[in-house]
Amino acid sequence: MTCKCGHDDPAAKQEALQRALEKYKTVKGALIPLLQEAQEIYGYLPKEVMQQISKSLGIPFSKTFGVVTFYAQFHLKPRGRNIIRVCQGTACHVRGASKVFDAVSKKLGVGKNETTGDLRYTLETVACLGACGLAPVMMVNDDTHGRLTPDKAASTCEKYE
Amino acid sequence: MKNLMDKCCDKCTHTLATPCKDYIKCRKEGPICHQDEACRQKRADLLSWIHLPQGTTRREVLICAGTGCTSSGSPGLVSRLREELAANGLTDRIKVTVTGCHGFCEQGPLMIIEPLKTFYTRVQAEDVAEIVATDLVAGEVVERLLYKDPITGEAARTYETVPFYSRQQRLVLRNCGHINPEDIADYIASDGYTGLIKALFEKTPDQTVEEVKSSGLRGRGGAGFSAGMKWGFVRQAPGDKKYVVCNADEGDPGAFMDRSVLEGDPHAVIEGMMICGYAVGADEGYIYVRAEYPLAIQRLKIAITEAEECGVLGDNIMGSGFNFHLKIKAGAGAFVCGEETALLMSIEGNRGMPRVRPPFPANSGLWGKPTCLNNVETFANVPQILRNGSAWYASMGTEKSKGTKIFALTGKVNNTGLVEVPMGISMRDIIFAIGGGIQGGKKFKAVQIGGPSGGCLPDQLLDLPVDYDSLTSAGAMMGSGGLVVMDETTCMVDVAKFFLTFTQSESCGKCTPCREGTTRMLEILTRICNGEGRMEDIDTMDRLARVVKSTALCGLGQTCPNPIISTLRYFKDEYIAHIQEKRCPAGACTALLTYKINPEKCKGCGKCLRSCPAEAISGEKKQPHVIDPAKCIKCGSCVAGCKFEAIERA
Repeated sequence: MTCKCGHDDPAAKQEALQRALEKYKTVKGALIPLLQEAQEIYGYLPKEVMQQISKSLGIPFSKTFGVVTFYAQFHLKPRGRNIIRVCQGTACHVRGASKVFDAVSKKLGVGKNETTGDLRYTLETVACLGACGLAPVMMVNDDTHGRLTPDKAASTCEKYE
Repeated sequence: MKNLMDKCCDKCTHTLATPCKDYIKCRKEGPICHQDEACRQKRADLLSWIHLPQGTTRREVLICAGTGCTSSGSPGLVSRLREELAANGLTDRIKVTVTGCHGFCEQGPLMIIEPLKTFYTRVQAEDVAEIVATDLVAGEVVERLLYKDPITGEAARTYETVPFYSRQQRLVLRNCGHINPEDIADYIASDGYTGLIKALFEKTPDQTVEEVKSSGLRGRGGAGFSAGMKWGFVRQAPGDKKYVVCNADEGDPGAFMDRSVLEGDPHAVIEGMMICGYAVGADEGYIYVRAEYPLAIQRLKIAITEAEECGVLGDNIMGSGFNFHLKIKAGAGAFVCGEETALLMSIEGNRGMPRVRPPFPANSGLWGKPTCLNNVETFANVPQILRNGSAWYASMGTEKSKGTKIFALTGKVNNTGLVEVPMGISMRDIIFAIGGGIQGGKKFKAVQIGGPSGGCLPDQLLDLPVDYDSLTSAGAMMGSGGLVVMDETTCMVDVAKFFLTFTQSESCGKCTPCREGTTRMLEILTRICNGEGRMEDIDTMDRLARVVKSTALCGLGQTCPNPIISTLRYFKDEYIAHIQEKRCPAGACTALLTYKINPEKCKGCGKCLRSCPAEAISGEKKQPHVIDPAKCIKCGSCVAGCKFEAIERA
């Protein structure tokens, strides 16, 4: 997820985090939703943020780190402005998803789970987007693109700045 | 009063603080507490906008906004249509409804015109003006946008005559694509929440459990355990705090049934959960949804807010004394969280790892309290069972599998999309009658059912009735309902490898059989696909698969060898061809392929030479070219570009 707060001001981010920490302070099972909100704010989960979350919820940092590394959704490194997720589901697989992935990878010059140097793109795969009727499919940010060919996939990426 | 759910006048006393037990009936047939012809007329008028009566001059345009149609461009249609209607002064005669998934994603964006049920496919923004002028104004059909049968070429005027729909029995999906999922009034006008009312005011909790039990409904998440029995266990479990949890962590690659139900008819799931809460004695529920389904989460949020505002959800629901509160938990991307104990761990904020059962969640679930956990589709069946009775429900399906099942029909089949069929229908009917056969006239090879936990069934089992027990005995599994059709160009060893790659990377690592077993099995499969397999690999893998099946901790581990076991059972010759002949019969395993240029067909145009990324092709202009096998990376780009079909793959 890219930052949705509209600006890059560290103080504003810290303030947004503080509001989230307050909101979940007494909620049961708050760790995962809180990490999700923190990642919305920062785009990834910096160590200091995880430390603040652990402290606020009164749980060991090791547990927070354990949860973060268990789920595919959480990221420890900064990610690109545009997240490209090429579906590797069964339907996409039998309709040539690996060729689509290779074309996008070649176009951007990055491999799986890598980010371009200019932070414009992060390339990922996803087990299934549930749009199997349009296979092969990929998702750029929140937009789903279907009925792809390797060329079409590569040119679709260009539309995202 | 602008919306059906609003009060008609000041005489209506229904509020959240003073709920009325006739609330739902009143909104459709009311007012009930007072006689006022003007109020009644206003209600009837609003209602007739939701379900158009016969012979009306009003029209309703339904536009699919499911994920499939959205990505094919339906949002542009909605705005274009609104502009066009305004320009023609038709806004007050024609209603535009944005719906959930119609299921026929292949033909999207889809548009239906009610009440005539005209069915337009692949509609683009530039078609909208013609639809307005020809259909909505002049009352004629836009022939070129109708669905045409790929074999006979015959056009279908209404969606009911499209073979894809006419062979289905849409029960759970009855509202999907026909109502606006973001307006509770649409759901209530379509008999919504009447199942809940029947439970609350006509049945005791025990009778409600009994009703579901005698309907024969079995869990739609995979294993097929009796829903009523599960409810009974939770009801009997001691404790005053209990939970209802809906498993919407639909992680099977190739499955999107739950997504479509949540996006197209979220209130049906909410109503089912509430009936369950009343039956088992729970006042709190959670819906655990995959984070990859942002639209489903958004629609659920809207539905919950609307239900709370109306007093259908919350405290003292419609004066019955029953309280129920619902929360959404967004998953964080872990396939194993579809397993019930792992899912509960995840809601509690932990690593989503399964634990040993017993105790089952029915006795010790969320935060140690008795918890009733069912799948989306299971809950979506419940309101209709209560509304129409268990005998009605049990009259559909087979002896041991009642009702209908939704399948996500995908892969190499002509009509991909969501289909709902009665239990017991044959696989052949689903793939050929509804699915329209195999793409490109190729030969059917296998159908993969049940995702990574299921198996591949060959053509000799095409007439197998689709129900829980037949599928299990054939080595597959109902699973959640993914059906991926494969043709002669799909390699079954590669398919097994594909699923093992998935389960190996998604294995949570807690128990050794699954963690190590999937890794070793994947190593063997990779070896075979690379042409480095040995004959004893087959026996080793077969034994390993059975060990994992009988010793893994959770359902996912126990079922992950199924793709291997079933392909070994039905397609052993393909494994042998890979090992002994170093040949992939389907031509899919790249390591075993060689590309050759047929000198008789090659015209020497040089196109392949230019498109080859590895510079493996050489040759003079107008002379046959050759491929250097040492340099060839087997990417296939030369084949794709050759106009003369001169490049052969073997």
